[in-house]
Amino acid sequence: MLRFVIGRLMQMIPVLIGVSLVSFLAIHLVPGDPIQIMLMGRATPDTVARIHAELGLDRPLWQQYLAFIGNALMGDFGRSIVQKTPIGGLIGDGLLVSLYLIAYGAVLSVLLAVPLAMWAAMRRDRLPDHSVRLLGMIGFAMPPFWIGLVLMVFFGLKLGWFPIRGFGDGALDHLYHLFLPALTMALFLAPVLIQSLRSSILDVLEADYIEVARAKGLSPTRILVKHVLRNAAIPVITVLAVNIGWLLSGAVIVETVFTIHGLGSQLVRSVGFRDYPTVQGLALVFAVIVMGVNLLADLGYMIIDRRVVGR
Amino acid sequence: MAAVDVIGAPPLRSRLRREIAVWSTSLKVGTSLFAVILLAGLLAPWLTPYDPLYQDYNSILLSPSLAHPFGTDMNGRDILARTLFGTRIDLRIGFITTIVPLLYGVFLGAVSGYLGGKLDMVLMRILDVAIAFPFLVLIIVIIAVLGPGVHSIYIAVFLVGWTMYARLARAEMLVERNKDYVLAARVLGFGRWRIIFGHALPNLINSSIVFSMSDFVLNILLLSGLSFLGLGVAPPAPEWGAMIAESKDYMRQAWWVTTMPAAAIVLTGTALSLIGDGLAQRFGQNRRSLM
Repeated sequence: MLRFVIGRLMQMIPVLIGVSLVSFLAIHLVPGDPIQIMLMGRATPDTVARIHAELGLDRPLWQQYLAFIGNALMGDFGRSIVQKTPIGGLIGDGLLVSLYLIAYGAVLSVLLAVPLAMWAAMRRDRLPDHSVRLLGMIGFAMPPFWIGLVLMVFFGLKLGWFPIRGFGDGALDHLYHLFLPALTMALFLAPVLIQSLRSSILDVLEADYIEVARAKGLSPTRILVKHVLRNAAIPVITVLAVNIGWLLSGAVIVETVFTIHGLGSQLVRSVGFRDYPTVQGLALVFAVIVMGVNLLADLGYMIIDRRVVGR
Repeated sequence: MAAVDVIGAPPLRSRLRREIAVWSTSLKVGTSLFAVILLAGLLAPWLTPYDPLYQDYNSILLSPSLAHPFGTDMNGRDILARTLFGTRIDLRIGFITTIVPLLYGVFLGAVSGYLGGKLDMVLMRILDVAIAFPFLVLIIVIIAVLGPGVHSIYIAVFLVGWTMYARLARAEMLVERNKDYVLAARVLGFGRWRIIFGHALPNLINSSIVFSMSDFVLNILLLSGLSFLGLGVAPPAPEWGAMIAESKDYMRQAWWVTTMPAAAIVLTGTALSLIGDGLAQRFGQNRRSLM
């Protein structure tokens, strides 16, 4: 088991190097002088030269890269000149909020998608299946920011049931404050989730042991709960892990709509400020989250199904 | 030319009729819906008497009526006219950002899958890195580097969008390259390019075409999302996402201001998904997962 984990970690190294290179090079590909653009041409040449030295932009490229990696490993991404705070702090604050939002959204999405996918799979090629599929297509085409706005205006402003911005204090308050954003994320993810889950459940339904359970005379509900649901756990984890990038993309938009200070809204804000060092750090952290979640999913399979290790 | 018709292929009309006869309901509905949307965009100047940019301060936030079927926005502009003209922007950008990456994504994936070796290894590493970033984050980072605007969106999607097609085409090629017809072509001494493009490609392109329909939807959502974030099409251009962003503060007193452009996005996306679904059935394969 330990060997499996170590092997999995080793596989991540080349990807991590590539990911860090892409994030690192971003600032160097800016056409013109990034510092001039960042300060919108208002700085004197002296200031520009000082900031160049401060960010290490005057050193050879490979030295800069090694410094970037070394510092990033320690959680140090330098100081944001535009926002006047350490970037590591900005990222740390946002990380907690974003992970909370993503987890909350994923849970709501699973609660929404599993019953619908199951209903569609059990009534394959009949009315429930077709309606779920059409609903999925319509949901897939809905812009997430518009879903967010509609929920915000209806449940937040008109009915006043939920707060429309912020994160709140304390775990319970977070649940309350983030309900509408998480629901938006859930509605955004659900169509993708339903479609993949439906086909996974169809696979389970066609398996031999379901046939055996049926032959033994177990009731359909009992088969569903005891056999199908338990075996649908792996597909749920897989689909969530595969779509973590999709979920994070949604978080960028949802956080901006609901003014939640997570990584996504920070990214949009930093791009607006032309704060390149922060954009670099955020890009790296986003990629690391995706890779980390996929690693966790692999470990998750291992706990659910020990056979995975042997493969 | 009757003789040609007798000997050669049946005339186009009857071939078309036979083709449509085997279409599923979703393909028929999706294609018709999409054709209507396309026509609405093309005929926009003749379908509405209003200029999409003209601000009439005597008719601010009017609810839908006969004169303004979709109502007017906070600047007194006719929303129907803006939505119709928006079709031109969203469909054009959506189409280009879908078809261009498809072309070289499939090309790279097919070639790399057939030839294998170092090229394939390099491609796989690039794909691994590209997939590690959330799609929108990578696009936003590229736009940050290049500066906001439609040109940056094109470049960003051209840089990132091909990866999914390359992945699909490569996976299919790994299966196709060991099939009998490819081996037969190889035994006959055909060159590798002829085998890849003449023989294997027609068999592996279907999955990419099916995926491209979802990709088209995603690209329209991406465009409108970026416009919403202020990184895409700038107001006052009537791009659907920009329209929603511009008028979002008026949603409460005037429900129609964002509903109409949003409905246009949803309708277009649904039409494309229906076509994708129908094409998958037509090609006789299960619909590919979206991501």
